[in-house]
Amino acid sequence: MSTAAKLAPPLWLLAELTYRCPLHCVFCYNPVDFAQHSDELPTEDWIRVLREGRALGAVQCGFSGGEPMLRDDLEVLVAEARQLGYYTNLLTSGVGLDEKRIAALKRAGLDHIQLSFQDSTREVNDFLSHTRTFELKQRVAELIKAHDYPMVMNVVVHRMNIDHVDRIIGMADALGAEYLELANTQYYSWAYLNRQQLLPTREQLVRAEAITNEWRSKAGQRMRIFFVVPDYFEERPKRCMNGWGAVFLTVTPDGTALPCHTARMLPGLNFPNVRESGLGEIWYESEGFNRFRGTGWMQEPCVSCPEKEIDLGGCRCQAYMLTGDANATDPVCAKSALHHRVTDAVAEAAAGVTVPATSHPLIFRGPQESIRLSLKPPMAD
Amino acid sequence: MCESGAPLPGAPIHMHTQHSDPPSLTDDARPRIARGFRLQWEAAQDSHVLLYPEGMVKLNPSASEILQRCDGAHTFTQIVAELEQRFDATALRADIAAFLNMAHTRHWVDWPSAPSAP
Repeated sequence: MSTAAKLAPPLWLLAELTYRCPLHCVFCYNPVDFAQHSDELPTEDWIRVLREGRALGAVQCGFSGGEPMLRDDLEVLVAEARQLGYYTNLLTSGVGLDEKRIAALKRAGLDHIQLSFQDSTREVNDFLSHTRTFELKQRVAELIKAHDYPMVMNVVVHRMNIDHVDRIIGMADALGAEYLELANTQYYSWAYLNRQQLLPTREQLVRAEAITNEWRSKAGQRMRIFFVVPDYFEERPKRCMNGWGAVFLTVTPDGTALPCHTARMLPGLNFPNVRESGLGEIWYESEGFNRFRGTGWMQEPCVSCPEKEIDLGGCRCQAYMLTGDANATDPVCAKSALHHRVTDAVAEAAAGVTVPATSHPLIFRGPQESIRLSLKPPMAD
Repeated sequence: MCESGAPLPGAPIHMHTQHSDPPSLTDDARPRIARGFRLQWEAAQDSHVLLYPEGMVKLNPSASEILQRCDGAHTFTQIVAELEQRFDATALRADIAAFLNMAHTRHWVDWPSAPSAP
């Protein structure tokens, strides 16, 4: 294990201000048991966290949630972060971002807004988020432009909207998006529960990528498009979070500090809380942040793998969800003995395309579902 | 220089990944840091960095000397003159132009079309 002296400081402080959200997205990455963690940090604790993070060396600050606009101290926190020297990013669904608040955020020094959309059509957007928000998002996109922010849009892509990718990109272009991220769903939390309905087929993916490439040559410099392939279709795992405890420090609404926003699911790890520990102690000394740093924790086939420094064994949460062992090789890797758990999921989802949705209903994120599901372990099988 | 800071989960925006040909860098062009980018000193990195949505570029000393003068007020000619004086050197012009053109293709800086010389 590296000693504290050799460890680089966090570059990113991700402040998940609240798990509350007006939307009920089926692919949300907030923990399924979020309703159990509703004791939100007060403003003064967040300000202390921002100061401690900046003192450590963090330079990017993300305000997310849930829906961060639900915190009425957001402007105060952004102003503090900006004044401390962070580059401040707001990740929002746009609900609650009206003229008055965007003007206040601009005055507070907010650097960047990323607006999420669910689909290009009102019907699918509203269905997938279980709300009526489509027109609202279009109005927010106009506000973002009017306040001279770069227009950065994010659309989570999955089987139910991937065939609309042409219209999604067209809509983003019409709204003046300068950056569009087509983020294929990553299968954690609520998305994992709904995996069978959300995983696209390989054919869908290939088609969507081809359409994206056509748009890239058509839109050129006007709009830059990023297409993130879901790792279930890969042969090597992703370098998750750019390394455990290497770059990111997430603070959840109740003050739990995590190396990534889903790490709380891992059993047997005690993650510290900012109410009890300073961020320096958390980053450098806590068991939770040191547990999967580097490569010392690995087992075969990772230990002897020449690529282990490249992907660092993949994602610990995915390894745990798919194998039951957080120390295992991420089964996205073709070298994993359990790689078939990923390919089987893809095959099952493809076979299930024709199965009516009623036989496997989608689970919409919400407090009541959260409480119901908290009674069950997070593993699917 | 190195670019660091992985993107946010579910939100990788790399503003530097696609390139375009910059407009020609005339003597009276006034380069400036592009909208959405911020240049600042980072003690923890012991260097200047360029910040942008969800990312950071760590700058080497000469890059930071050039970018600190990209304030929309200095002309290209003035930037060259100041740096030649600062480093007690001559013939830096081509290197500075090459850097600024690279920075432009990465969207770090821009320069409005310069007015025709008086």
